[in-house]
This record gives sequence, structure tokens and C-alpha cells, in this order.
Amino acid sequence: MPFTFSFYDFTGFTQWIDVTLRGACSPFWAVLWEMVIVGVLFLAFYAVVGLYLVYAERKVCAFIQNRVGPNRVGPYGFFQTIADLIKLLMKEIISIREADKLLFNLAPFIVIITSFLALAAIPFAKGLHPIDLNIGVFYVMAISSMGVVGILLAGWSSNSKYSLLGAMRSGAQIISYELSVGMSLIAICVLAGSMQLSTIVEGQRDLWFIFKGHFPAVTAFIIYMIAATAETNRGPFDLAEAESELAAGFHTEYSGIKFAFFFLAEYMNMFIVASLAATIFWGGWMPLHIPGLESFNHVMDFIPPVIWYVGKTVVIILIMMWFKWTFPRLRIDQLLNLEWKFLLPISLVNILIMAFIVLMGWQIGL
Amino acid sequence: MAEEIIIPEADNQEISINMGPQHPSTHGVLRLVLSLKGEMVQKVEPHCGYIHRGIEKMTESMTYQQIIHLTDRLDYLSAHMNNAAVCLAVEKALDIEVPERVKVIRTIMDELARIASHQLWWCSFGMDLGGLTCFFYGLRDREKILDIFEETTGSRLIQSFYCPGGLMADLNPNFQKKVKDFIVYFRKILPEYDELLSGNIIMMERAKGIGKMSKEDAISYGMTGPSGRGSGFSCDVRKHHPYHAYDKVKFNEVLRTEGDTYSRYMVRIDEMRESMNIIEQLIDNIPAGDFAVKMKPIIKLPEGEYYQRVEAARGEFGVYIISKGEKNPYRMKFRSPNFCNLSALDTLTRGHKIADLVAIGGSLDYVIPDIDR
Repeated sequence: MPFTFSFYDFTGFTQWIDVTLRGACSPFWAVLWEMVIVGVLFLAFYAVVGLYLVYAERKVCAFIQNRVGPNRVGPYGFFQTIADLIKLLMKEIISIREADKLLFNLAPFIVIITSFLALAAIPFAKGLHPIDLNIGVFYVMAISSMGVVGILLAGWSSNSKYSLLGAMRSGAQIISYELSVGMSLIAICVLAGSMQLSTIVEGQRDLWFIFKGHFPAVTAFIIYMIAATAETNRGPFDLAEAESELAAGFHTEYSGIKFAFFFLAEYMNMFIVASLAATIFWGGWMPLHIPGLESFNHVMDFIPPVIWYVGKTVVIILIMMWFKWTFPRLRIDQLLNLEWKFLLPISLVNILIMAFIVLMGWQIGL
Repeated sequence: MAEEIIIPEADNQEISINMGPQHPSTHGVLRLVLSLKGEMVQKVEPHCGYIHRGIEKMTESMTYQQIIHLTDRLDYLSAHMNNAAVCLAVEKALDIEVPERVKVIRTIMDELARIASHQLWWCSFGMDLGGLTCFFYGLRDREKILDIFEETTGSRLIQSFYCPGGLMADLNPNFQKKVKDFIVYFRKILPEYDELLSGNIIMMERAKGIGKMSKEDAISYGMTGPSGRGSGFSCDVRKHHPYHAYDKVKFNEVLRTEGDTYSRYMVRIDEMRESMNIIEQLIDNIPAGDFAVKMKPIIKLPEGEYYQRVEAARGEFGVYIISKGEKNPYRMKFRSPNFCNLSALDTLTRGHKIADLVAIGGSLDYVIPDIDR
């Protein structure tokens, strides 16, 4: 197979790797090598994205707050977070005498592994899609809700009352908001007629789902944004680590790289949630196409899919950062009221309306 | 191992938590021992004394000029008012009438300090609620007042600008212009505070109806200042017992009757406007004259007891001096507003959540060195 590489379609490139490896060694080793390649690439990707999301957040919040933000390490403080990581790596990992050692050490790994696994099902560009599961949406939902186990364990095993309170809040919060995230995604799955992420992206070739699905799609998007912010424990829903109340909540007792694991996982969760929103509502790597405007669609096609994907994800991440740095924090009962009394009923009705629209064939652009 | 400690005894479902002395929202080294039932606060027990410096005892071996510098270290955010209390008490004892110029400058300085203090309170209140951006907005504006202070008094936080008989120094020539610029600037910027926090739906949900205090309770706890006025207790010393030039200016005593966190919040926001009104009336009419009357290098108060109260940023600040005719006071006692306001914390927070405790604590605006002295 000849070597091909294109920014518009990675299928040829990935297939070339596959064919070359299978030609060079037995199928078992070929698959193993592919796993190693993908794994190493993902680890690098994870570290870079995690670090630079932290940097981005610090810069964005600095601009919102009339400050300059990190500006000493490298140009515009570009290497600040790398320096921070090195510092965290060198710090002593404090072990707590009365803590439950096994669970205490296990918890950060559970949190970081779940966020790592969820990344596998995200389509980054055409052909750049590690695993195209036929239940992709369900897989991401299931994996990302496992993260709460790590948080609960961290809070419980630290043997600190502040951590325990943080973990209790986090458990109540994530489990409730999981529902709304799921419901708003189901509305779009109904519209797309599939849970496979590649099919969902392909289905938005003529128009993105947020435009295609009338107001139920917009409602689903808004609910998703609120619920996803809550699910990733970010402000204004950052009750689990409310620093003015619980002094960092569930990860109060962690130090050094274990704390960094929680920190990185939080930012990666934000990335996953944002890329899922971009994929499901805004077409993922699919360029903006408007039915009837052929020349416009053609111009849009010239922008590589990776740029589309990254651009959409970054916009959603910026919206989430904007939330965080503008609003005060909710109280736990208000948080649960918002979910159970408002978001959940609205999203249930929303699914019904969406199903009705799909049944009647009223989607825009059909 | 862990279970033994976390699970309480069967008949006692309360857990007790130490909040402080190092905690981000106790605003200093205050230690609160909380009894919690889940998230609900059953009891709050403040433990003071972590920054006790024995200032009242130290005054007994110091001259009155030296004591001025100690009062700065009580409520460092209303340093001018604390200075004023001692100066006024000494002047009253010696029966000295200070020049009009001194009175007007002291009024302007007090009100600037009040605005600066309320700005810092707004920062920290926003931060207590989780809105970190407030902190930087408030500090940005407070910086302008501190610059004005620095130019005239030589110091930004603890100025020690007043002395018995007048002021330490005359005004900087830029003072009037800078203050006027600041008023113009801050009148424009104050609505931004409302947009960011006061009008925010989350903030209203968090503050309205939380930490109610009736007028009667406020009086019996001795809550003064904005915390007392938020409950409808008319306790403005500037209005009821005017000192400085407060009898010559027109201003309203900000009163609210709801008695919850939001009303205490709004009282402070409105007080910033009132303070600007007061400054505007005086800034163009600073009389010419001396900035101090000539005093003897060693001040000896005649034998007797003297009390003077002023309205500090957090409430009524009082100085009680017993003199035996020496150059040092025989005994000196400060009535600090924060100590009385803190005593109401338990009543205010009963049955509320931890998050409310933090919001209520923020609305009381305590400064710990003033509590411990």
C-alpha cells in the first residue's frame, strides 16, 4: 500500500500503518504495536493538553480579572505549567498515618484512568478515531461517571472531615447531574438515530445538529453545558472543592504528583466534556455546511477537520471558563434543586418533543 | 482504622470540625469549632486569642502619642478611625479645640478609609461566595485610595496620621485633585460591583433570608456598624453623637430592616455611596489654617475617666481611658465592634449549611486583630 498523508482524511495514513505492520509481523504483534503507538501518543497528548488547559485557564482568568497572569517562565509564561509540573513531581508525597493506605493511593489512579479511557472514543478528525464503538456515546458516559468512585474513595480514605464532606457533596452532585447529561445526549441520539460517534458526525454533513433539531436541540445543548460543568466539578458548581468552605475538599490531603493527578484529570474531564459537546452538537470535525450555499460549503471544506474540531472544543472550553470566573458558587441544596426540579423535567420533556419532531420528519435541512 | 474516627457514636450523629485558625474564609487566625449534622451547622464556637498581643496592657506603659500607633494595629482597615478615637478622647480630656481644618481633613480621611475598608470587604465577601473575580476588582479600586493615603500620610495601611491636637502632617498638594478624580472614577465603577455580584441570581439565592437577625437581638448582642444597621438598629455614631465635621455635612444613615446577609451586604454597598457624598461636600471646602495645635511634648491627662466613641468601618469603636494624672494611662480599654459582631455568629448560623456559615461570616466582615487585641 502506498504511503498517503492528508490533513483532510487520515484514513489512508492509519490504514498504511496498519498494512505495513501486518506485513512486517504476525497479527498479534501488529495489534500490540498499534496499541503501544496509540497509547504513547495518547499519553503525550494527555499531558500536553492537560498542562496547556491549566495554562489557558490561568491566562483566561487573568484577563477576566484585570491581571496579566503567568508571564515569567518563557515568553508569555508559556512554560509556567511545565515548571509547575516539575515542582509537583519533586515534592514529597505525604503519607497520612490514619489513612486507608490502599484506597488512598488507588483513588488518584481511578480518577486519571477514567478520564484517559474516555478519550479513546472521541473522533478527532476523519480517520483519526481510536475506537469507533457502536455505542460511543454510552461508552463515554459510562466511563466518565466512573470518576466519581475515585473522588469518593479519595474523600473517604483521607480520613479528614473536610475531604469527607467534599466527597459527599461530589457524589451527590455528579450522580444527579449525570442524568441530565445523559438525557440531553439522548435527545441528540434520537435525532441522529445512532449512538455511534462517527455516524453522529457524518449525520451532520449537511447541517449541525444544534441547528437541525429546532429548539429541542438548543435546549439540550444548554442543559448539557450546565450539567457538564457540574459533572466536571467546575465553578459555579465546584462545591466538592469549595476552597472558601472546605479548603480544597476531597483532595485536601494529597500532595505532590498525586494532587497533580486530580488536577490534570479535572482539566482533561473538561476537555472530554467539551469535545463531546463539540462532536454531538456542533458537528465534531465536520465543517460548517449550510444547505443551498454550495460555494460557501466548498470554502469551509478547505479548512482541515482537525482545525474545526480543535476550534469548536476550544470555544466550548472558553465558555466554561467564562462561567467559572464570573459566577459565585451555588449551595448544595440549591444545586440539587436545580437538577431535580428544573433540568431533569425539562430534559425529559425535551426528549419527547425531539422524538415527535423526528417522527414527523420536521428536521431542518431534510 | 479510618472507620473508628469518622463514624460517630450511635446516639450522637454530630461531627465536630475545626474551622481555622488557618482557613481561607475565617479572614485571619480565627478558630471556629463547628458541630455539624451532615452539612447543617448545629453550633459554632469561636475560639479567640490566636493573635492576642496584649495591646490594652501595653498602653499602660506608653505615652498617648505612642498609643496612637498601637491603635492602628487593632482594626487595620479602619486605622484612621481608631486613631481618631484616641485623639478625640485625649483632646476632650485636655479640653483642646482643634482647628476646623483638622476636623474637615479627619472627616475626609475617615470616609476614604471607610470606602477602602468596604471595598476590601466586598472582595472577600465575593471570594467567600466563590466569585474569585470580585477580589481583583475590589482590590484594583482600593489601590487608588491607598495611593492617596500614601501620598499624604506616607503609609498605605496603618497610617498613624492623627495625633492629639491635630494631624501629623499637612495635606499633599495633590490631595484634593486625586480625591475628586477618585470620586468620579468610583461613581462610575460602583454599578459594576452590582452587576458582578449584587444583582447576580446565585448571590441573591445565597444571601437572601440567610442568617436573619432581628432588631432586638442585634441590640442585645451589641451589633453595631453595617451589621447592626442591616437589622434596622439605628446605631450610626456619626449621626447620633457627631464628632469631627459630621454635624456640618448632610448624609443619610443607611438602614435596612430585613436583617439577613443580603441586607448587611446592601448596607455596605450603600454606605460607600454615602461616604462619597460626604467627601464631595467637604473636599472643596477645606478651611485654611494650621494642621495641628501646639501640644506639650509630654501629655498628662487630668485624673479621671474618659470615653470616646467613633464610627469605625465595622461599627462602634470606643476608647475608655482611666488616668491618674500620669503621662501613661492607668488603664485603657478598647470597645471593638468585631468582638460583639462575632458573638452573634452562633445565633446567626444555627440550622444553616456550612456554605451559609461562610457567607454570614463574610457579611459580618470581621477583622481578627480587632477581636483579639
